Amino acid sequence: MKEYQTITEISGPLVFAEVDEPVGYDEIVEIETPQGETLRGQVLESSEGVVSIQVFEGTGGIDRNASVRFLGETMKMPVTEDLLGRVLDGSGNPIDGGPEIVPDQRQDIVGEAINPYSREYPEEFIQTGVSAIDGMNTLVRGQKLPIFSGSGLPHNELALQIARQATVPEEEDGDDEDGSEFAVVFGAMGITAEEANEFMDDFERTGALERSVVFMNLADDPAVERQVTPRLALTTAEYLAFEKDYHVLVILTDMTNYCEALREIGAAREEVPGRRGYPGYMYTDLAQLYERAGRIEGKDGSVTQIPILTMPGDDDTHPIPDLTGYITEGQIVMDRNLNSQGVEPPVNVLPSLSRLMDDGIGEGLTREDHGDVSDQMYAAYAEGEDLRDLVNIVGREALSERDNKFLDFADRFETEFVQQGYDNNRSIEETLELGWDLLSDLPKEALNRIDEDLIEEHYREDEPEAAEVEA
Amino acid sequence: MSQAEDIESVDQDGVIESVSGPVVTATDLDARMNDVVYVGDEGLMGEVIEIEGNLTTIQVYEETSGVGPGEPVQNTGEPLSVDLGPGMMDSIYDGVQRPLDVLEDKMGTAFLDRGVDAPGIDLEKTWEFTPEVSEGDTVEPGDVVGIVPETVTIDHKVMVPPDYEGGEVTSIESGEFTVEETVAELDNGEEIQMRQEWPVRQARPAGDKETPTEPLVTGQRIQDGLFPLAKGGTAAIPGPFGSGKTVTQQQLAKWSDADIVVYIGCGERGNEMTEVIEDFPELPDPQTGNPLMARTCLIANTSNMPVAARESCIYTGITIAEYYRDMGYDVALMADSTSRWAEAMREISSRLEEMPGEEGYPAYLAASLSEFYERAGKFQLINGGEGSISVVGAVSPPGGDFSEPVTQNTLRIVKTFWALDADLAERRHFPAIDWNESYSLYKDQLDPWWEANVEDDWPEVRQWAVDVLDEEDELQEIVQLVGKDALPEDQQLTLEVARYLRESWLQQNALHDVDTYCEPEKTYRMLQAIKTFNDEAFDALDAGVPVDEIQDVDAAPRLNRMGTAEEWNEFIDELESDLEDQLRALY
Repeated sequence: MKEYQTITEISGPLVFAEVDEPVGYDEIVEIETPQGETLRGQVLESSEGVVSIQVFEGTGGIDRNASVRFLGETMKMPVTEDLLGRVLDGSGNPIDGGPEIVPDQRQDIVGEAINPYSREYPEEFIQTGVSAIDGMNTLVRGQKLPIFSGSGLPHNELALQIARQATVPEEEDGDDEDGSEFAVVFGAMGITAEEANEFMDDFERTGALERSVVFMNLADDPAVERQVTPRLALTTAEYLAFEKDYHVLVILTDMTNYCEALREIGAAREEVPGRRGYPGYMYTDLAQLYERAGRIEGKDGSVTQIPILTMPGDDDTHPIPDLTGYITEGQIVMDRNLNSQGVEPPVNVLPSLSRLMDDGIGEGLTREDHGDVSDQMYAAYAEGEDLRDLVNIVGREALSERDNKFLDFADRFETEFVQQGYDNNRSIEETLELGWDLLSDLPKEALNRIDEDLIEEHYREDEPEAAEVEA
Repeated sequence: MSQAEDIESVDQDGVIESVSGPVVTATDLDARMNDVVYVGDEGLMGEVIEIEGNLTTIQVYEETSGVGPGEPVQNTGEPLSVDLGPGMMDSIYDGVQRPLDVLEDKMGTAFLDRGVDAPGIDLEKTWEFTPEVSEGDTVEPGDVVGIVPETVTIDHKVMVPPDYEGGEVTSIESGEFTVEETVAELDNGEEIQMRQEWPVRQARPAGDKETPTEPLVTGQRIQDGLFPLAKGGTAAIPGPFGSGKTVTQQQLAKWSDADIVVYIGCGERGNEMTEVIEDFPELPDPQTGNPLMARTCLIANTSNMPVAARESCIYTGITIAEYYRDMGYDVALMADSTSRWAEAMREISSRLEEMPGEEGYPAYLAASLSEFYERAGKFQLINGGEGSISVVGAVSPPGGDFSEPVTQNTLRIVKTFWALDADLAERRHFPAIDWNESYSLYKDQLDPWWEANVEDDWPEVRQWAVDVLDEEDELQEIVQLVGKDALPEDQQLTLEVARYLRESWLQQNALHDVDTYCEPEKTYRMLQAIKTFNDEAFDALDAGVPVDEIQDVDAAPRLNRMGTAEEWNEFIDELESDLEDQLRALY
């Protein structure tokens, strides 16, 4: 290991140093400041004679006399099952006062792409106990389903509720056939200390910490470190899932802070910026995180991802939610209006989507009528929403009886179906029955998305006026 | 680490000078543009993309972590090529034609390792070769010398490579051969094997392009009915995320009546490719009943696989498509998504510090796109036959904004435009193709086919549907202001008819066993049934029947069940006569 004192330039998070031996791209660097502090960084560009280094902890305190050591390897995460229950900082060092971590393996944090041929298609329904998700945007094992939120919206509560309640129904009854256990890997990037406490309190209160690994990069921690935190979290998740057979739920929050850090580094390197100043490779970079979810043939474990991002200005065409939406398998969208109406969780199902839903539901998985019910509720809610605009202009009286029923449906949908509270755990049966309860307010003929046999089986005729008018 | 070891492991033609992500520069490398090189001690595959003095710039198809200056670079002296021969159907490749199943075996892990190479077609496997020509016959480039049953569906035609001279066949016999063994010899000494190589960035030679006159029947009502694509045509599917681009592409790959399907997953999701890999072997091809996979070649370069290979996967795919076109097949190529390809170009270009064009894309974006789409078409082949390539490219515009460069440059080239709409998708109207924005310039040239094969009055019936939908669009604006009940009765009825057009005809459930595929006859009859309702209803209205009563006839909601009806001919017969009876009974 060679040590240099050859720093030529320090600029933002970057340090440039002269070298006389070749250094590998992505290699880890240790920089020792004259005060004796050791900072870590990574090689961003390596050319004959000079390298540029991105320093994770920020370049504060480095001067041209600092010494630079190249460790000759790319960044590794020491992984072991003992990480469960531990709290680490954004660079993977324990901050919970617990014992040193004795690694079982050291894994490259960049991670290699899963061969699409070796993947197993995700189709195991995860019951989150949240109707807006289970009923309308079902989550399955191995999916990456982000929460698109905005500043001031209760995305953390929803994420915690999912982490608390997530189960796979048939496994409740007996032992899991493959003996796999559930674990949570939590990666925080740039969240405030207050938010961090909220998460930690909830983890401790519910005892979830025992089966969790927590990585904390707080708002006042160096921004560049946010580049590393999610990779450490995902490397740990992959180890637990594919080496130790855990079903791992990875919660990453807040991806917006991650992307800001990416932009900062791009700007410091004087790269040609893409949309809104974010680097042109942001799609590829995000994909390298999000695609580290899934199942692998022949392995019992799985990695399911719920990244959280706050949309700047609630704008889903902003590059961060936009690129995320193109990579992830759907999105759960939080809505400011619903939130101010007091709906908990304020999920707007219309722009929400779960791409893997269709294969995870139906007979034998959830229930035969699930797909049709969800389709019908979407269509009916969308129609009701449209009519609300009209009501504002012409008033309810001017609308037909059919239209009024759709309006009522939209109201009930928000106040009874989506609204449930953060401590209420609904089974999928309860969710679907509630759905039928609402749908039965609509005329039978209006249920054009549902198979006729299913209408016969589930439609509730007990509304007296409806029956009489028909007769 | 000593330098001597390096030289032993990889032949040293040049030396790495710098590494930045997928872009590596090397000195002292004697190479031509687009030559394939092996980079570093691990021998990562790359391609020469710029030469400046003694400095050569290389894009590397694999992750470059840990690679450093001073490591060797070896030149193969060959451009990036694909192996063409039997065994490509029922395969899944990465962006540089490495079979992913073989890679899994070789690497022994589910994760993609570096520096592992594998030929595009199995070199060991033997195939049964049956000659089509005899000794003494004269063959020209492109001529078929023999047939190999490649899969249950596809007969692979072994051709004289286009860069051969051709001549008299001096020896040819049937039997079992590997792809590298000579199956025929010519008098000028040329030997023909089943395997050919072709550089991906160069179009395979073909004769003149013809005007396509046959539709690529997709079994999707809105596409076949309103915005058809011709065999040999080009189409684009732009849409924001969540609007159903991939499902639409997959529906085309499943149900279109092409002989061969090349499906390129370019920078998209891993799980989506897995779905295709798991589904296609089990789904039957609607033409032959054989597994769909038997006519399909998949190219999967997911978003987290190296970006340079994403740039090349489009070329790999179209070259494979051209090879099957040369056998006289109708090939359909789906590229999902071309935006990711364009972004890969942008990423590489920006690492080269090229002067950016619009939105940071390289200035040659438009040229690259048109070059790619121009490789589609219905062709006269050099052997005198005919073959076609239809190209369907998905576009993922940022923020769903169609004014961005990739969408705009694509629209300048393609003739069919299927615009996906987020609003329709949100209300689960699938396929979410916006009928007001989409268009097809093939409509007129395909009408004769519909008249001959489906029904004479097809163009009129279709035009009727378009008119009703247009009228609805205008009326909806008024309804938004005053409510539906304020409209005159005839307009209310038009809205009702338009609703059936949308809900029963334009919507199609890809997940329903029956509705997922709709033959042209059924597309026509369903539309005709709605027109029957329209005609009878307006007659009733003219006779003084109130519009409410007309809308409430029992048979009308059954229009929405036509798509899922298994015995659709009988179902529609009965429905049409019920509609007639019930509506006429009102007056």
